[in-house]
Amino acid sequence: MNPLIPLFVAIPLAGAFLIMILGRFIKDFNKYFASLILLILLIFSIYSLITTGSKLSLYKVGGWEPVNGVPIGIYMVMDGFTVIVLCIINIVGFLSVFYSISYIKRYTAENYYYALFCLMVAGMNGVVLSGDLFNIFVFLEISVIGAYALVAFGVEKNELEATFKYQVLGGIASFIILFGIGLIYWKTKTLNIADIKASMSSGYEKSFYLFAQILILSGFGLKAAIIPFHAWLPDAHSSAPSPISAMLSGVLIKAVGIYVIIRLFFNMFAITEGMSILITTLGTLSMVIGVFLAIGQWDIKRLLAYHSISQMGYVVLSAGIGMILISRGEKPEVAALAITGGVFHLINHAAFKGLLFLNAGAIEYTIGTRDLHEMGGLSKFMPATSATSFIASMSISGIPPFNGFFSKLIIIIAAIMARFYFVALLAVIVSIITLASFLKFQRYAFYNKTDAVNERKIKEVPFPMIFSMVIMSILCVLLSLLVIPGIRELVLTPAIDILMDPSKYSSIITGN
Amino acid sequence: MIAYWMCFILFLVGLYGAITRRNLIKIAISLSIMEFSTFLFFALIGYIDGGVAPIVDPADPVKIYVDPLPQALVLTAIVIGLATTAMLMAVIIRIYRKYGTFDIREIKNLRG
Amino acid sequence: MKGMTTIVKKTTQLIAGMVFMYGIYVIIHGHLTPGGGFAGGVILAGSFILLILAFGSDFVKLMKEETGSTLYENLAILTVLLLALSGLLLGTRIFFMNWMPKGTLGQLISAGMLPLYNIFVGIEVAASILTIFLALVIFKEEMKE
Repeated sequence: MNPLIPLFVAIPLAGAFLIMILGRFIKDFNKYFASLILLILLIFSIYSLITTGSKLSLYKVGGWEPVNGVPIGIYMVMDGFTVIVLCIINIVGFLSVFYSISYIKRYTAENYYYALFCLMVAGMNGVVLSGDLFNIFVFLEISVIGAYALVAFGVEKNELEATFKYQVLGGIASFIILFGIGLIYWKTKTLNIADIKASMSSGYEKSFYLFAQILILSGFGLKAAIIPFHAWLPDAHSSAPSPISAMLSGVLIKAVGIYVIIRLFFNMFAITEGMSILITTLGTLSMVIGVFLAIGQWDIKRLLAYHSISQMGYVVLSAGIGMILISRGEKPEVAALAITGGVFHLINHAAFKGLLFLNAGAIEYTIGTRDLHEMGGLSKFMPATSATSFIASMSISGIPPFNGFFSKLIIIIAAIMARFYFVALLAVIVSIITLASFLKFQRYAFYNKTDAVNERKIKEVPFPMIFSMVIMSILCVLLSLLVIPGIRELVLTPAIDILMDPSKYSSIITGN
Repeated sequence: MIAYWMCFILFLVGLYGAITRRNLIKIAISLSIMEFSTFLFFALIGYIDGGVAPIVDPADPVKIYVDPLPQALVLTAIVIGLATTAMLMAVIIRIYRKYGTFDIREIKNLRG
Repeated sequence: MKGMTTIVKKTTQLIAGMVFMYGIYVIIHGHLTPGGGFAGGVILAGSFILLILAFGSDFVKLMKEETGSTLYENLAILTVLLLALSGLLLGTRIFFMNWMPKGTLGQLISAGMLPLYNIFVGIEVAASILTIFLALVIFKEEMKE
């Protein structure tokens, strides 16, 4: 058993508590210790990415061996797809916490900030590593409680309103998820994802599981802000401190929302055509409506938040296309291509959306406003911020040679090959509107000449912020290498393999 | 079977309350109703006719026990529910201090 | 926060000790009877909350108490985590492994590490519920000014 797997949860938890104890007595302990913890996790996750490959490692917590082939303990599972999401969480987490070293100085109670940050990371790592439904719920709650508190960190009117909305909708989502888990446990008498799959194959009550599927989809859909459930996202993501926005938008909605939806619907439930069409429709709606809602925004962070909804739409849509093709049993290579596009876009979105929120934070840090009307001509004073945000904007709009182009291209090609011409057309149109929206952002923030900005006091942000932004922008360029054959086999293909074969995950874990 | 349906109806009552009420405290109470209906459902699915509490007694081993797992799950979920409720209450108190009201219609700084 | 009348104070004096002892009983019998760390911890916190409600406390003292309970909470949960990690470092090298001798079923000192987990979880829950209570009271006290 790989001893790294529980450490992904144990280290940030221990870090959070140590910060709360020692941070009281030692000055500046909190920020450097939190960075150190996230750096260790980053090294562990990259090591796991290199060593895991296509194998699936299983960790039985407490050493509880299965009895008569029925798993009874808590299982933690690490496979190709898990490792990718782990890498996203810990890379964006490290860069955000490093960025916070200078950014968070203006708030009081830094100890709480770093402790909650570590808790949030621990929760997300737990969600992606957990192999049973109830632990997904527990870790999800750990991470979202951290997120609720961090969204409210400014304790001003806007933050409190946003966090109240987030908490009520998040609470409703949690109980819907818990109810769905209860239904599944009632029928299958097990909570282990692999074991549920195995016992579902013996007797499948279609209408009962359809109800459970809809509960689970709406619960995690609320957490992931897919379009009918999106109301909390723009408020929460724009009110949080910027490094937290980068974490929420870049990682949290993926780790606790999209990841779990993809994992459960591909590897646990039997893939049905109706459900896959529903998921594709939700994805398409998110993609289109998200971008239209983003057009009219003048607050940078709200604009970015609406684009998150739209970009997550691409991921859900491509996963849905893959599911439709798998359920019909036709063209497996196109299904694999669609899922590749989705997973690849998931990675890319973490890089560019994280970077964009860090840029927005840098702008807010310097000139103290988020309104696009009140900025302009910043490129002269903030060259690093300007250059990195240009890379991120081009990347999210799908301009070659940046990473966003390749993932969107794969998704569109897959949609055309699967004969969803209308969806492919919509994807192209949404991409063009995204480009327009980000050109507006670039022009008003960095190039437009106005006298609204007081030129004397503007200077470039401190080193930790620049460092994080530059590393993220390098990632934006480098990640496009993942499509090259040779590198693709190392990272993307193991994840696609585990998702493509519906029974592989369960048969490896239960061992039959 | 009727008990399971009652749980679901209680869940829907909570959901209705959370959606339609305008007072922050009442929304929090509605969320708690949803929470506890779910816990009740979990306790019900572990019940076995004629079963006793799952405490192993070495002197008298042959008995039918109810399923202990849902009880453990409910206990964990209660702890989580405690944390979320406390968090929600803290936010509500803060909101009351900033806005001076519990009415959700008057709390609308964020729009668009 | 002001205290309550003499009747309440006297009754609380009589009851609080018993509540406290009962909480400890529930915690240390956690592996034998229903209850355990969480239930016992809530009862423990209840006795403290009773005392604070009955006798009242001024703002500065409340802040000091909250600092102390936060510290205890963090230390206790850190100990639980260290106990879990001890399974990873010692014995069979598995996270959360119960590596201590199990003893005989039904004895007070048995079940390996479970009583230890129960005790520290009990302290953690008692401290955290007290912290929540104190934090909410402090909010209320701040509001008056």
